Amino acid sequence: MSSAAPRIADPAPRPGIADPALAVEDIVKRFETPDGIMTAVDHISFNVAPGEFLAVIGPSGCGKSTLFNIIGGLMDGYDGRVAVSGETVKGPHAAIGMVFQEESTFPWRTVIENVAFPLEITGIAKAERIARARHFVDLVGLSGFERRYPAELSGGMRQRVAIARTLASEPKILLMDEPFGALDEQTRLLLGDKVLQIQDQLKQTCLLITHNITEAVQLADRVLVMTYRPGRVKRIVPIELARPRSSEIVSSDAFGHYVAQIWGDLREEASRGMQDDEKHRGGKP
Amino acid sequence: MTARTFDRLLPSILGLGTLVVLVLLVELLIRVNLVNRFIVPMPSQIAGAFERVIVEEDIPHRFLVTMREALWATALLAVFGIGIGVLLYRVQLLRDATETWVAAMASAPTVLMYPLFLVIFGRSEKTIIMMGFVAGLPAVILKTIEGLAGTRRVLINVGRSLKLTEMQLFGKILFPAALPTIFVCLSLGMIFALIVIVGVEFLINVGGLGQLINDLAERYDLPGTYAAICFVILVSVVFFFLTDRVEKWLRPAA
Repeated sequence: MSSAAPRIADPAPRPGIADPALAVEDIVKRFETPDGIMTAVDHISFNVAPGEFLAVIGPSGCGKSTLFNIIGGLMDGYDGRVAVSGETVKGPHAAIGMVFQEESTFPWRTVIENVAFPLEITGIAKAERIARARHFVDLVGLSGFERRYPAELSGGMRQRVAIARTLASEPKILLMDEPFGALDEQTRLLLGDKVLQIQDQLKQTCLLITHNITEAVQLADRVLVMTYRPGRVKRIVPIELARPRSSEIVSSDAFGHYVAQIWGDLREEASRGMQDDEKHRGGKP
Repeated sequence: MTARTFDRLLPSILGLGTLVVLVLLVELLIRVNLVNRFIVPMPSQIAGAFERVIVEEDIPHRFLVTMREALWATALLAVFGIGIGVLLYRVQLLRDATETWVAAMASAPTVLMYPLFLVIFGRSEKTIIMMGFVAGLPAVILKTIEGLAGTRRVLINVGRSLKLTEMQLFGKILFPAALPTIFVCLSLGMIFALIVIVGVEFLINVGGLGQLINDLAERYDLPGTYAAICFVILVSVVFFFLTDRVEKWLRPAA
């Protein structure tokens, strides 16, 4: 049972982790529900080193999105501390750029206007912000689509616009909540390649929230496996696959080994989640 | 004409064709005495009455009077209707306190309050404009609230993650996101306003096309009355065209 799952602070320290880009310390979040108090996230702690890519994986309902919102400063009323380069985060922080699971481009703005949005907010002159936005549009491989509206793009292209927009604000940490969740598997793998290229180029610290094991292993330096409700750290798996990586790596034996290892951890939690779901829907266990 | 041009024009051709067929059908039904010609005039008689109405009844002036009244009412709706809608969206207490009343007002026959408006504003265009404004106001308020409240949570979260101020969040995200709904509500408010404007012109015998419809109906000039009604429809068409243009200008991707 996960209630007996060990609390792992961070069993796999990384070089430079003594001075982490992001520190999540003993986070507890409870919600009031009609059935009483529900603990969504229970004493979660981990660090992310500068330039590191950490994936947080867990079954549906384990509190991944709650954790995303807490780290992004969109949710308060929790115990514990989130710190960026030692500075405690209270509310949204300029150093954290968020990419959301849902389609989040502004439909009334063109691609270039969407990407330039964070620069517009900071009051950068139009010519300069367009030039800078063009760089990020190019980075996500959307050159030539600058004047298109989101409605004229595919789901994968729209998500790339959202990533470019977040990158344009030049965050220290890129926080992504299942950014490819609504996309098909092939697009997902190819966008994973794009994210790897960007991370390699910018040496960006990344935190990816996902429920997709392949995606987590393809992209991350470490994978943090969460338990099902309450969400706790079950294990942190270092992914020692060579970089630079691409989606071709998914066919390697080492990749399969990591996927199997993480699935071994996740399977029990996912089964609990499924049983819980069936119980709540009135079915037989 | 290329196949592509034809495809583009097909909806317009079909719409116009349907109208022509309906008009011909009405003409036929009247000619074979299935519809009483003393209640519904023949479309050919209405067409014949256009020139007479335009020349003798000073239609261009009356058309402009009704247009001007409708424009004023729409401008007031845009300023006050959207403004109040935004206020009620932002102040939850006010919204909870008044939303039911506003909804109730939307279904109230405010046109019956015209004697009160006559006392306040006199027998003038002001009364007509204010009655049109009041008639459209609840719809604009309610739809503005609906449009703002319907903004997708994730778009607001994007703004919050970028540390937008409340004003920036409203101006850069909430308002543009709600614009399509706001334009629908403005068109809806304009319909209500136009109905009441023409109705009050008719009732108090002041102003543009409504007054003319009253005059022609009292003279039992049915073809002329229907011809004048066609000009009311034209006012509505012009307004829809204008709001559509403004919306496309403000939100090219809409």
